[in-house]
Amino acid sequence: MTVKSELTSLTLADARDALARGETTSVELTEAYLAAIESARSLNAFVTETPEQAIDMARASDARRAAGTVGAMEGLPLGIKDLFCTRDVLSTASSHILDGFQPPYESTVTTNLWNAGAVMLGKLNMDEFAMGSSNETSHYGPVANPWRPEGDNRTYVPGGSSGGSASSVAAEIVIAATGTDTGGSIRQPASFTGIVGAKPTYGRCSRFGVVAFASSLDQAGPMTRTVRDAAIMLGSMVGFDPMDSTSVDMPVPNFESALTGDVRGMRIGIPAEYRIDDMPEEIETLWKQGEAWLKDAGAEIVPISLPHTKYALPAYYIVAPAEASSNLARYDGMRFGLRVDGGDLTETYEKTRAAGFGAEVQRRIMIGTYVLSAGYYDAYYLKAQKVRTLIGQDFEQAFGQVDAILTPTAPSAAFAAGEKSGDPIAMYLNDVFTVPASMAGLPGISVPAGLSAEGMPLGLQILAPAFDEMTMFRVAGVLEGAAEFTARPKKWWLS
Amino acid sequence: MRDIPTNPDNLIAGETGDWEIVLGLEIHAQVTSDAKLFSGASTEFGADPNSQVSFVDAGLPGMLPTINEKCIEQAVRTGMGLNSEINLYSVFDRKNYFYPDLPQGYQISQFKQPIVGPGHVTIELSDGTSKVIGVERLHLEQDAGKSVHDQHPSMTYVDLNRCGVALMEIVSDPDMRSAEEASAYVEKVQRIVRYLGTCDGVMAEGSLRADVNVSVRRPGAELGTRCEIKNVNSMRFIRQAIEHEARRQIEILEDGGKIVQETRLYDPNKGVTRSMRSKEEAHDYRYFPDPDLLPLEMEAAYVQAIRDSLPELPDAKKARFMADYGLSEYDARTLVSDRESADYFEAVAKGRDAKLSANWVTSDLFGFLNRTGIAIAESPIAASQLGQLIDRIVDKTISGRIAKDVFEVMCETHQDPDAIIAEKGLKQVTDEGAITAVVDQVIAENPDKVADVQGGKEKLLGWFTGQVMKLSGGKANPQAVNKILRDKILGG
Amino acid sequence: MSLDKDTVRRVAKLARIEVAEDRLEALGQELNQIIGFVEQLDEVDTSAVEPMTSVAKQKLRWRADKVTSGGQADKVTANAPASDMNFFVVPKVVE
Repeated sequence: MTVKSELTSLTLADARDALARGETTSVELTEAYLAAIESARSLNAFVTETPEQAIDMARASDARRAAGTVGAMEGLPLGIKDLFCTRDVLSTASSHILDGFQPPYESTVTTNLWNAGAVMLGKLNMDEFAMGSSNETSHYGPVANPWRPEGDNRTYVPGGSSGGSASSVAAEIVIAATGTDTGGSIRQPASFTGIVGAKPTYGRCSRFGVVAFASSLDQAGPMTRTVRDAAIMLGSMVGFDPMDSTSVDMPVPNFESALTGDVRGMRIGIPAEYRIDDMPEEIETLWKQGEAWLKDAGAEIVPISLPHTKYALPAYYIVAPAEASSNLARYDGMRFGLRVDGGDLTETYEKTRAAGFGAEVQRRIMIGTYVLSAGYYDAYYLKAQKVRTLIGQDFEQAFGQVDAILTPTAPSAAFAAGEKSGDPIAMYLNDVFTVPASMAGLPGISVPAGLSAEGMPLGLQILAPAFDEMTMFRVAGVLEGAAEFTARPKKWWLS
Repeated sequence: MRDIPTNPDNLIAGETGDWEIVLGLEIHAQVTSDAKLFSGASTEFGADPNSQVSFVDAGLPGMLPTINEKCIEQAVRTGMGLNSEINLYSVFDRKNYFYPDLPQGYQISQFKQPIVGPGHVTIELSDGTSKVIGVERLHLEQDAGKSVHDQHPSMTYVDLNRCGVALMEIVSDPDMRSAEEASAYVEKVQRIVRYLGTCDGVMAEGSLRADVNVSVRRPGAELGTRCEIKNVNSMRFIRQAIEHEARRQIEILEDGGKIVQETRLYDPNKGVTRSMRSKEEAHDYRYFPDPDLLPLEMEAAYVQAIRDSLPELPDAKKARFMADYGLSEYDARTLVSDRESADYFEAVAKGRDAKLSANWVTSDLFGFLNRTGIAIAESPIAASQLGQLIDRIVDKTISGRIAKDVFEVMCETHQDPDAIIAEKGLKQVTDEGAITAVVDQVIAENPDKVADVQGGKEKLLGWFTGQVMKLSGGKANPQAVNKILRDKILGG
Repeated sequence: MSLDKDTVRRVAKLARIEVAEDRLEALGQELNQIIGFVEQLDEVDTSAVEPMTSVAKQKLRWRADKVTSGGQADKVTANAPASDMNFFVVPKVVE
């Protein structure tokens, strides 16, 4: 039998194999994680813990295993971002406006994971409605990054919006977590917390039952400790869903089999436009290092151009708020969630939404409302969708020359809480490297690759052509192997 | 807008001169389908509150729309019935506004690129003329839920059963100039959708309702400012609402006032239209393509297959009835008013005298059905039975007069005419000997009248016929009676 | 383009978010900062470019006309702030 404290340090793949060899049970694994969660409440990574359900699911999993039925995620305890609706379990999107909301249905992605045998530990904190890059906009309070610089007692942000997911994976209080990525919400927090975060191609994961932020961009993905873990978990999240009109009916390859460790002869693009002004030296250095690693592994490095990169972020800040302003209209206090009574109907709407939405969400709804309003549609929304076409064309041309693209994941390491919360634009710039692929619907993965001067994790991003997650994982696996990122945060929250 | 010559009969006399009404209609027709446009909930009318609501219809978080193929087909069929262009590529947009019967906070509709483009319908008016009304477009959209106001003094109760049922919004050009034209237009569209089976057209249940855009102007002048009267749900109310609204606008204009463009509601109890407070605010629907749905694309072959499967529509049927059966425009129009009537007529007329068949169907049968409030589809008299009755007139088994009596019995007992004729002994007497005996009796009893006829009062022959028919219990063949009377009194 | 107080008030009304009169000015400045940022797009020539309709390059799938949902009024209204007899209960709607 494995000692309990060691159980939570197993990767998903190792835990899977330990379970298969009968060295541990799902109940044992789940209990170890529940204990770890309890000891790490100061991270504020969970909105809702579901220990009883977790034990029930773990028992059922062990019973299935005993009966000879073993799913791809059998017995593995996960954290679920609170953007996924889970049947009869509080689902809040970290918003006050979803107070008490217990959906009578389950999202397709979580259904797929439970069908693969996974166990739910609880619902993870996040930026309200996935709007944010630091997990500071949650109604349930900010999430702490398990990492902080040596001798610095300030709280650092875990990135966002999947901050609870990133933090809990990095702190080893869940074996892995679901995230969602609209403009970088999986990849940027993965980079900030030294873990792996993968966003598949738009259409791979069903959006059914996932609270919508920006429908044309939202995509779920795994947040894990290793690239292999991400490949395994993604395989159990994806799949065609007739309930989502944008879900793609395509065969799902065995992502884990992409990890050949071989990138010889592959062409890796380095986009000139990602070398932005004011990029910290250490990011630039890490990027160069990544280039060298892949070159040493036998890949060919090819300079490429993605000319419209600069416009991806401004276009995103039109498209995403516009869709959000409409998607969030259903939070009106009439059928579920918070209602603040006003004198009449209109005042009830206005008071409910003023009290129920936080400042950032209100700001984005207002921007979205404005850019869609009469007389402005063409100048903003239509223009942004045209720019989006150009961004897509940039990538199409690039992928005519290269197999994958290497970039930094974020322009900086994690920053201290409160450092950027007063300046929306500074906050938005966190996503400058992740947004372009989101706008084109392409798959991307962040791999932990090094530490900043202060000792904070930094990630590199691999982008691949649409529906070519196999190439994405293959290159990411080689990058991970070369980087040998073994640093772990000190468990300061235990004291 | 087409240039439509002013019809002096449509003008309304005001204090300061004549006025012309200009009308455009938006008809909302609920699509006949089992499930809703974007969810798998049932469309059936009259269920318990919120019992036909999916989580998609209730706008619960994370729920997504998926489109019902039947609704696409029905929209295409209807478009063809309106002689309209079918757009192989169309786009669903979100129309954003807040209302408790609109759970998503937006209605999925089609704004810039509808599924059906321009077309037209021909309406028939009571003076026997017809007129072409332009149809601007038809698009698919979601119906809203229902607000119930009488359950609670300060609260509204919301039932979402209707929410998400597919609607076809059919937008006309502003081509109508009178309440009669507007109601004739609605009737015509109703007839077309019923022929096609794309909407049941029941206004009382709200499955077909109209928004009426009303403006007035001096004949030939520029268009005036219009008001939209929402959700008028009967033909009678459409006419009344238009007349009241036109009068209201004329009064304002004649008093030197201005019409404010607004949405109004017709109150049939008070016979007035009033401004809708809920729609007072300026509209800014912030339309944009629904990112949860892809553009709707149809293959040309798919559209052609629908075209090939279309039934004969009212206009074509009417033309055929006039050409093939030699019916009058009036009879043909009456018979094609719905598909069941037309089918009934054709079943009766098959192999029989068409005009005689048309007379029996339009006057006797329709008269009976109207009196009893029975729909043609439920007629207790089968087409084959009415046909048999006509056959007995033609083969002289009974007279037309006796046939009316037989028909009355058929209405009561639903028996075959042959059975009634046999049972009641109504078979016509054609035996000349028997008729001659009765004729002789009548002549013998009325020598003075015989003299009058012979003196030139031939009209009196009719009186003799009546007497003979009376004595024979109506069974004597009237032609035979006439012939014998003539022979006996006037000597051939 | 810049959002003045009236525009902010109108947008807030459209979005059904109560904004105190004394917050309009500051909120307008925040929004203007963002609008200023996104207006970088003016530099891009998009005159010959089609807008993106969907990143998923596929056709809209059609669903069969089958009743697959309903008969769950209790679940539909379970999360409602107010409900009665399976109706949602909302502040009086004046038509």
